[in-house]
Amino acid sequence: MAVSQTRDLGLPLIKLLRLKGVPILQQLHLEERLLRTSSDNWCIINDGTIDPTIVMGISGKPQELLEIESILRDDIPVIRRFTGGGTVIVDQGTIFVTFICNKDAVPGLQSYPQPIMSWSSLLYKKVFQGIGDFRLRENGILRAWRPQVWRECESITKNRWVHHTSFLWDYEISNMGYLKLPKRAPEYRQARDHLEFICRMKDYISRSSFIDRTIEAVGSEFLLRSAELEDAHCTLGSKFEPSSRLLRKQELGEAIFKSLTASQS
Amino acid sequence: MALRMWASSTANALKLSTSASRSALASPAFSLARSFSTGIFAVLEGFKYASSHEWVKHDGPDHLGEVVFVELPEEGKSVSQGNSFGAVESVKATSDINSPISGEVVEVNTKLSESPGLINSSPYEDGWMIKVKPSNPSELESLMGAKEYTKFCEEEDASH
Repeated sequence: MAVSQTRDLGLPLIKLLRLKGVPILQQLHLEERLLRTSSDNWCIINDGTIDPTIVMGISGKPQELLEIESILRDDIPVIRRFTGGGTVIVDQGTIFVTFICNKDAVPGLQSYPQPIMSWSSLLYKKVFQGIGDFRLRENGILRAWRPQVWRECESITKNRWVHHTSFLWDYEISNMGYLKLPKRAPEYRQARDHLEFICRMKDYISRSSFIDRTIEAVGSEFLLRSAELEDAHCTLGSKFEPSSRLLRKQELGEAIFKSLTASQS
Repeated sequence: MALRMWASSTANALKLSTSASRSALASPAFSLARSFSTGIFAVLEGFKYASSHEWVKHDGPDHLGEVVFVELPEEGKSVSQGNSFGAVESVKATSDINSPISGEVVEVNTKLSESPGLINSSPYEDGWMIKVKPSNPSELESLMGAKEYTKFCEEEDASH
């Protein structure tokens, strides 16, 4: 892999890729390829995805997380992504922000889950400063004091890490009905259902303002270089096979069977 | 080097304990594979081992957290030194597991699919991940011993 210039004027360089309406599966494939085959730092902002899609983490079990019968009835795509974390339903009202970085890109940042999460929380604190009722909790993670407006997850390799966040700028209430309450929920969630737990970011900030403020916050930590999708594809290795994938209807059907079997035992 | 000492003591143990040990002893490479299989999870953060062949969890920061899911390769797959062979998921994050040696996967610990937390609670016994038949046993020479690894972790934590 060729060594590229990743630092200038003391700040690490980051390529900023702005997308709009790119399907989430395509975005995940791109992210995983860049994580595995690029040596540059990347910030990807995808303003909405075209169709409502459910995205589970790497270990997600449909029978535990999803209302599968409704999903099959309404033909909602279900993706298992390459990163850990929880389940989200995304659509054109979701704004995605992803960082793909070398492990030494951010000075002093250890490439482990908690430090990366804390670092991202501080970055988004800048984005949301003066907007809405957001507070820094005692564990260092920024959460809305009341409902949450984002979901985040990560993947860490030997030399790089990816941290991606989906922001609920807007959402359809009916879509939340496809998700079950997860068994393993963080303590702060306190068994609240989805609608009580989340809120629309549009009630706090405009879409363009959020994206502009995010770019500004990124610019305070990195030297930004605008990139196009073609630039990203040019750096990709041809032999890499991404692992994020669409679940087949047969798999979802089998999950219903597992769920019924489990409830009878 | 602690790993080699452990390998030596385990090879002796194999002579006494299992019927499979005869075939193991007939092929030194296999002995190394069986002993090394436990060494696979020596690369996880947070663990160190004593020269008396006991391993304890490093009494320091737990970087990974509770493991909730493990993705492992299939038997027969090749692994190579320094490259990922699977992933562990802790809260919100997946982390690659990198193989310390090259070789062929001969067995996978199926218990981890139902009990991934064994990696935290029993890393050197029930929480083993894969068994590897090494293709290049000399790769063991490049691995760290107990003191080196402990020092490595301390230096890494101190630099941040």
